[in-house]
Amino acid sequence: MTDETKPPTPPPAAPAAAKPATPPAPPKPKGPTVNDASADPVVQRLSAALPGVVLAAKELVGQVTVEVPPEKVPEVLRFLKDAEKYTYLVDLTAVDWKARVPRFDVVYWLHSFEKGNARIRVRTGVADGADCPTACNVFLTANWMEREVWDLFGIPFAGHPDLRRILTWDGFSGHPFRKDFPIEGIDTGAAIYPDRYPEGGGPSGKDSNKKVVS
Amino acid sequence: MSDERAGTAASVPDSGEPMLGLREMELNFGPQHPSTHGVLRLVLKVDGERIVSARPDVGYLHRGTEKLFETETYPMVIPHTDRMDYVAAATNNHAYCLAVEKLLALEVPKRAQYIRVLLDELQRISSHLLWLATAAIDLGAITPFFYTFREREVILDLFEDYCGARLTLNCMRIGGLLEDLPPGWVERTRAFAEVFDKNVDEYEDLLTENRIWKQRTVGIGVLTAEQCIEWGVTGPPLRGAGFKWDIRRAIPYECYSELDFEIPAYPNADTYDRYLVRVAELRQSRRIVLQCCDWLLRNPEGEIRGKVPRVIKPVAGDVYAAVEAPKGELGFYLVSNGGNKPYRLRVRPPSFINLQALPEMAKGHLVADLVAIIGTIDIVLGEVDR
Repeated sequence: MTDETKPPTPPPAAPAAAKPATPPAPPKPKGPTVNDASADPVVQRLSAALPGVVLAAKELVGQVTVEVPPEKVPEVLRFLKDAEKYTYLVDLTAVDWKARVPRFDVVYWLHSFEKGNARIRVRTGVADGADCPTACNVFLTANWMEREVWDLFGIPFAGHPDLRRILTWDGFSGHPFRKDFPIEGIDTGAAIYPDRYPEGGGPSGKDSNKKVVS
Repeated sequence: MSDERAGTAASVPDSGEPMLGLREMELNFGPQHPSTHGVLRLVLKVDGERIVSARPDVGYLHRGTEKLFETETYPMVIPHTDRMDYVAAATNNHAYCLAVEKLLALEVPKRAQYIRVLLDELQRISSHLLWLATAAIDLGAITPFFYTFREREVILDLFEDYCGARLTLNCMRIGGLLEDLPPGWVERTRAFAEVFDKNVDEYEDLLTENRIWKQRTVGIGVLTAEQCIEWGVTGPPLRGAGFKWDIRRAIPYECYSELDFEIPAYPNADTYDRYLVRVAELRQSRRIVLQCCDWLLRNPEGEIRGKVPRVIKPVAGDVYAAVEAPKGELGFYLVSNGGNKPYRLRVRPPSFINLQALPEMAKGHLVADLVAIIGTIDIVLGEVDR
């Protein structure tokens, strides 16, 4: 948020130095590298139109990612859709970083038919338990994608018209794609047999119905 | 035309008045209904025969595949991708391999590229044939099933000869392929493709000008190009709305930019035009198969796997790669933390996202037309629920 001064400084350095130089300084180029993309014209226009929203802009294998604060997401998407003609929301998902301070990343990627099939990715950090504003008012297709993220990661989307579970069943306890959710699963009978299974908990060790997974 | 459409749902006037003067009724459609192609449940609000709203309820087949990906090393993920869209396993393999290869900056040898594209296009043909058979059966036309399955069988036999499996192919590897083609395989594939155009004529004879087929499909389930883009709908529904967009041309991967084929598009955005698009794609895929076979016959030797490190550990970062699957844009979003397992692997499933537009398409139609609309989206529940 205090990085307002960042975008204007790097343009002369980043694109010019990246290509022709490559001295033998990194001897083993084991793969593609993450580059600064604040010189990208779309990122430039975005930070000019909405000052302060671009926290960082990175490029990896030609794919540009813009990091923005969560409360600005609808504004940024609206700007990209209307002014920059990124009219197609390709996908929306989340990543759980467990110990990191904003625990989750919510990632959107957009496609522009008008601008030669250009794509851009928007990423925002969301703390555990905090809301992320919905993108449904900008893209209709965000509806199910956000329901899926809510279901599997437990990130609530504020202002979503119909935030229900979608892939797991109503009454399921927990959010299975969180890193601390056990891969072998929990007992899903919890909601059906509350007398036998405490809410949110798995079966007790001596229960004969306990699922054995590998 | 006008009397041809008389009595179809498109011609039922929507006066806004209740159809029977009764209350709206809630109706469960599926999950065991044969026309839902698996376990799709729709909660319908109907007014007489007319659908007021449809609410899809998915997730019956949810297996937590994306969570499972996180526990397996990169090569071990490939068989799991087969099980998502299980009638188009080759394109699933392909999209995943592309994502990892991008993050590894791996070069895939030319021969492997052509074989991959050949497998993809055979897979597209077989997937479209399955769609054509089942969509026609749903609407009461059982004959096309016998014709399309005759050709689909040939393709599945070819797959079996190449990799030993008929549906869950597991036929690609990161950086290329596991095995080269067996002797005589290309010739047999070419012989199949040469006559396949006549087979498509046979399907078209049965359906394209069929009076009943047209009455059941023309004007049903309209989804315009603007609506498609707003709902993120890709693949044949988008092209059936007159929008010529295909990842194979828009964001070319492998050797597609060297191949000569067209992107079919039809303007009316209804079920009938989506049928025409898929039939035209059968013919275009056949053209690609022929070109790939010719290239492979001219270049019988070559590497089939790039310089793949023994332990696959991509750099930390995230990457998205997409292919044009038979159902639309299939993408894999890979987040790596530098380890030997994906930190997070998200699938962008075309069926799931296309299905979201179903309520929009079904609104105001008759319950019988809902069967045509489910068929025309071409969903595979394994991919919807993952």
